[in-house]
Amino acid sequence: MAKYIIKRILAAIPMVLIITVICFALMNLAPYDAIDAMTTPNMSPETVALIKAKYGYDQPVYIQYIRWLDGLINGNFGYSIVTHQSISADLAIRIPNTIKLILPAYLLAYALAIVLGLIAGSHKNKWADKLIDGICAIGIALPTFWVSMLLIYFLGYKLNVLPIVGMHTIGQENSMIDYLRHFLMPFIALFLSFLPDATRYVRSSTITQYSEDYVMVQQAFGASKAEIMFKHVCKNVLLPIITKLGMALPMLVTGAIITETIFGWPGVGPYFVKAIQGMDYPIVMVILVLSSTLVILGNLLSDILYCLTDPRIKDLG
Amino acid sequence: MIVMAKNKSDQKRRIENVLSALKHDKLAIASLVFLVIIIALALLAPILPLDPNTTDVRNMFQPPSPEHWFGTDDIGRDYLSRVIYGGRVSLLVGFLAMITCVCVGVLVGTVSGYCGGWIDSILMRIVDIMSSIPWMVLVTVISLFLKRGLKSIIIVIGFFTWMEIARLVRAETLSLKEREYVMYAKFVGIPGYVIILKHIIPSVLPTIIIAASTGIANAIMTESSLSFLGLGIQQPMSSWGSLLQNAQSYMQNAIYMAILPGLLIVLTIFAFNKLGNLLRIFVEPRVMSGEKD
Repeated sequence: MAKYIIKRILAAIPMVLIITVICFALMNLAPYDAIDAMTTPNMSPETVALIKAKYGYDQPVYIQYIRWLDGLINGNFGYSIVTHQSISADLAIRIPNTIKLILPAYLLAYALAIVLGLIAGSHKNKWADKLIDGICAIGIALPTFWVSMLLIYFLGYKLNVLPIVGMHTIGQENSMIDYLRHFLMPFIALFLSFLPDATRYVRSSTITQYSEDYVMVQQAFGASKAEIMFKHVCKNVLLPIITKLGMALPMLVTGAIITETIFGWPGVGPYFVKAIQGMDYPIVMVILVLSSTLVILGNLLSDILYCLTDPRIKDLG
Repeated sequence: MIVMAKNKSDQKRRIENVLSALKHDKLAIASLVFLVIIIALALLAPILPLDPNTTDVRNMFQPPSPEHWFGTDDIGRDYLSRVIYGGRVSLLVGFLAMITCVCVGVLVGTVSGYCGGWIDSILMRIVDIMSSIPWMVLVTVISLFLKRGLKSIIIVIGFFTWMEIARLVRAETLSLKEREYVMYAKFVGIPGYVIILKHIIPSVLPTIIIAASTGIANAIMTESSLSFLGLGIQQPMSSWGSLLQNAQSYMQNAIYMAILPGLLIVLTIFAFNKLGNLLRIFVEPRVMSGEKD
């Protein structure tokens, strides 16, 4: 098993490296670069050359790449070409904000999805299943941004019960109630966007488990429905879900780009969208590398968890 | 010959299965009818008495009335016409992006599965790498490099969301490759591309059709999200997503502007997904409606 895990880790490293190369290449191919942002057309060629030398842009491309990669590894992500602020410092503020929003929404959505999915899956083609599955089908078709707009209209404007933008009211940064009032709407929007997919996943794996032979054996031995459900099916359904949580890792950074942008939540979303609109390549590339690395790490984590929890995989070696 | 005849009757039975499932599923019939109407409206829009462009500043933000069924927008244009013309763009993006995405996916999937070896390894590594970048990030980053507008949004969605289809098609190709008729064709010296075109693609067609119907739904969703963020369709053209982006600014006094395009997005995506699910019965005859997703 250790061999399998090491093999998976070794396979992940070149993937991350290739992604950094792609990113760097994109940054170099971009029609407008950091030098254009720092210089103005009426600067003398000497000044431009000086600025180039200062930031290392006079070096050959592969040296620039190695320096950039070295920076990434040491946590120095470079500087925004629009605001000239350190990207790592910005992200250090924004990522925790995003996590504060996504983690509760994701966990609650999964908790409810497990309940609904188990109910639907164990009552296949009965009314409860049809109802839950039907709601999921509609839920999947709902664009998050539209749900957010409707929430803003009804809760924000019509009923005027919740603030529509930001994370705190100015002057009330330490008030928990104020924070929760700001938190509620983006939380609901995200929760609703996670729920249908998760429910369908739990439902289909429940259905698969119910068609396994062990269920029939239990039925033949006269086990009650509750016994089959909680002693056997539940275990087999929940295990892959716990391991699947590893795949949620990248969501913690880029899982709420749209929702955060609409509600002006000061997380990674608006930062990223603003960088895209302002052609702020360094930020865009850092987020690209960061989120893809997290995807690869997340998949790795869930493979390892799976391998640790499911004894059948042990002899894959 | 016997095998072929058997296949034919099998196909016929499968189509009958789908049709009978369609008959018993009222929601699926409704979806089909809805899509036919919406596509017809989009195609016929230029010959209908609709005018999405005439501005009328004296009649701004008119709420729905007999004259303007869905009111007027911020510069007095008839909103129903705007929404129907927006639908043209949304559906066009959906179809073209889906076609691109299916073509690339099928090409990569069949070549990768059929050739195997190093070609397979390289293609699948590309798929792995492309799918490890979160789609929202990938699509927005690519849109950075292209001039914003209709063409680039189709390219962005089409060329960067085909990975799942490629994986599905590859898996099927791998098992088809071992079938006797494919082995025979290979043995008598028929070139690889002919085998892929004549024997493999027809057999994976049902999978492709299902992938296509959910592909349109996904493309419409992606397009509307991008346009909503201001990264997709640009003025003066508009799609359902960009209409919603516009509506966001006037929500307080003209909420009807946000309702209609949003509702159409939901219904369209729902309908395409519903029909896609129904077609699954064709591919997996034992899986009756809604068992797998």
